[in-house]
Amino acid sequence: MTTLGDLARLIRSKNAGPFTLTFDVMFDDDATYQRVLKSRVLTKARFAQMYKVLEEDVLFFEHDAAKAIKISIPRPYPQGAREDGDAYGGQQHAPLVALEMPDERADEAGSC
Amino acid sequence: MTEVRVLSASGQIGSGFLESSLERGIALKPHVIACDGGSTDAGPAHLGSGKPHFSREGTKRDLRLMLCGGVKLGVPVIVGSCGFGGGDAGVDWMRDIALEIAREEGLSFNLALVRSEQDKGYLKRRYREGRITPLNPAPPISEEVIDRSAHIVGMMGHEPIAAAIDKGAQVVLAGRASDTALFSTVPLMMGAGAGPAWHAAKILECGTACVVQRKRPDSIMAWIREDHFDVEPMDMDVRCSAQSVASHTLYENADPFLITEPDGTLDSHGARYEALNDRAVRVYGSQFRKAERVTIKLEGAEMAGYQAIIIGGVREPFIIRQLDSWLDAMREKFRARVQEMFGGRVGPDDYDIHVRVYGRDGVMGKLEPETNIGHEIALLFTITTPEEATTDAIAKTFAHFALHYPIPEWRGLISGIAFPMAPSHVNRGPVYRFNLNHIVTPEDPLEMFRTEFLEV
Repeated sequence: MTTLGDLARLIRSKNAGPFTLTFDVMFDDDATYQRVLKSRVLTKARFAQMYKVLEEDVLFFEHDAAKAIKISIPRPYPQGAREDGDAYGGQQHAPLVALEMPDERADEAGSC
Repeated sequence: MTEVRVLSASGQIGSGFLESSLERGIALKPHVIACDGGSTDAGPAHLGSGKPHFSREGTKRDLRLMLCGGVKLGVPVIVGSCGFGGGDAGVDWMRDIALEIAREEGLSFNLALVRSEQDKGYLKRRYREGRITPLNPAPPISEEVIDRSAHIVGMMGHEPIAAAIDKGAQVVLAGRASDTALFSTVPLMMGAGAGPAWHAAKILECGTACVVQRKRPDSIMAWIREDHFDVEPMDMDVRCSAQSVASHTLYENADPFLITEPDGTLDSHGARYEALNDRAVRVYGSQFRKAERVTIKLEGAEMAGYQAIIIGGVREPFIIRQLDSWLDAMREKFRARVQEMFGGRVGPDDYDIHVRVYGRDGVMGKLEPETNIGHEIALLFTITTPEEATTDAIAKTFAHFALHYPIPEWRGLISGIAFPMAPSHVNRGPVYRFNLNHIVTPEDPLEMFRTEFLEV
């Protein structure tokens, strides 16, 4: 089974200021970037469900020049708050690494 | 054709760069040498306490090389967000380091200190006038929030730095400043295009964060012209690619295409990235849209109490299988102990004991999708109260209370937590929380910042 982690050049999370968390999913080449976009494994709705936020609070970007998908959400806890366990927000991307990709043949069959 | 060369010493002053990289940059005759010195990234403690994040030794080493290079070339040296939080204490700290270097090296220069810590009376007036508005998301604001803040800084744009250089400053040590403003100021003053100037500044502010494979914090240079800029790392073993430079607009921004500055927005939707060779990249097409009014972002930190921590491990399977009820019950039962210890002076609302369980959901909390728990777990207790002595007393007592807190399976005294250190608690003094994510609309971009000139 192929995961998003197998395909990406880098998956990371990080603070964008103390109140926002941002996720970058970056690819080496255009084919892989397009494959992941087409697979719809990572969408605004899917992300909202995974990170327990309202879909309207999710910013979702496709950055073709960087061959990257970028997502930003309100931080689950403000940085440095009592419940916050990740000051830099750098370890919140982990569930994305394990996201399972449909295999490529199934993809092609689906598009016929 | 205008060409402004901007040398970024590193992503953060005090985090270091190769001396050979900075020297190479200086040999390319930059019009300015700049470096960022702060962030909110490490949490509210630096702004709240005024204590710096990086070491004095590391900061002095970096600043020495920047000052010597800038004075030799006769070009401005700009350091922003001094002392990390960018409060007045941070500017004073950096000033003292600069003065010490000047004495040791026999340097003389006009020094400008541009402070960004805010007057509470001013902010309350602007708040009453409706000129302080929330960003999204933002904590609630009131006059009480302003009053109880330990420190509030405004994030300056390029205007106060440009004003200081106009008045003859050769070295500018700024309080909290937009990271990008440190690098855009001189290009804007010299007539480079605003789009390329701000976009290049965004790339430069993190040093070599935009390279293909970052080895270490290091120096990088941009050549900024009217409708494009070029960027190249100064270490010949490190390279930028079109993709690595494009990717950098993603870093630490909520929106990778629109980046808001005090006097407008950098729009990189139309940016095109071209490799000039295997190490340098040219960027066309960035736009800067000037805002109708300047807005200054506020950052505030208030004290959240005095805190102690207790670290412990649990390996016992009977405890692990009832972990939450065991942890809840021990804190519930501990209330009576607090009551008797303090004779009623400290009530249940006057202290907080929080526990984080590593090996289960210590990193992601409520967002953790995995439900597995390991054969051993780590507990991190945080004990927070408004008074240092109370925190210490509760932490000491709680560590002992928790150690021996029973489970129904065993008859007799248990020791249920493995403490890796003695004493088992660590007092970490005052702790802070961020309490503002708001913008002020001032009358003019200089009114919130105070500039002082020194002949060094």
